[in-house]
Amino acid sequence: MNFIEFISQPWHWSVSGAGIVFVMFLLLWFGGSFGASSNLRTLCTIVGAGRNHSFFNFDWRDNLWNLVFIFSAIVGGYLAVTYLASPEPVQISQATQDYLTTVGIITPATLQEGMGYVPAEIFSLETFWQPKNLFLLIVGGFLVGFGSRYAGGCTSGHAISGLSNLQLPSLIAVIGFFIGGLLMTWFILPAILTF
Amino acid sequence: MFRFESFHMYGIIGTAVVLAALMTFSLKKAKVKTIDGSDLNFTPKTMSIARYLIGGIIFGLGWAMTGACPGPMFTLVGHGVWSILIVILSALLGTYFYGILRSKLPH
Repeated sequence: MNFIEFISQPWHWSVSGAGIVFVMFLLLWFGGSFGASSNLRTLCTIVGAGRNHSFFNFDWRDNLWNLVFIFSAIVGGYLAVTYLASPEPVQISQATQDYLTTVGIITPATLQEGMGYVPAEIFSLETFWQPKNLFLLIVGGFLVGFGSRYAGGCTSGHAISGLSNLQLPSLIAVIGFFIGGLLMTWFILPAILTF
Repeated sequence: MFRFESFHMYGIIGTAVVLAALMTFSLKKAKVKTIDGSDLNFTPKTMSIARYLIGGIIFGLGWAMTGACPGPMFTLVGHGVWSILIVILSALLGTYFYGILRSKLPH
């Protein structure tokens, strides 16, 4: 197996975790920090939200470094699926696959069926426009945008940067993430998917 | 992740938090500076329960609903999952609404 084939296999979680910390180090060393959601605010500012609301009234150029970071993530995603594509779809646990089948989502078993990062039943070009799927995408996105700014951070800013810096507010935020995530996963999403 | 049928996400985040904590401690101890000589950006957050708990819950609901937090939303664009652009646009809308409503929300 050559090097490219080797690293094209799914990475072990410890490697991913270490990779994240390396990225965090680079951001810190260059004067920034590791936190993706503030980019959502900056993007609002770029399109002029600062004219009407003080929250967006700042010079977006101060956060240019973070915009470069998040847009580079697009490039990284492209390179990963184009040149380092895993030979198999995402390996979701059998228990989860079985559950997903009960709510109408089939996990791809081969690459021809799909890469498996997102459920095709909801995200594919053929189906995303269906009302139930649009509801999930629009409402879900809105909640992420609203919640991350209200909490002042998302998983990168709070769960990783905040917790590693022993910030109690971040622990509260992460507890919040869990409450919301569990409520959605166990009660709300099943109801929507089987509606 | 929230079904507890796989350790993978916990492994990633857990490893990252532990290693980042060790790194943060070491960087502070060694008084490491940024590449242009300033202090590293470790801003402490002002304590509050309402904003972090409520904001966190709202975020968690959306995170589990779409399966993506802000970082992966952009990575998925690179994957060619074009429908994630709807999620991103809606997230921007959510952020905007937060900006409008913020003075009326408990912080």
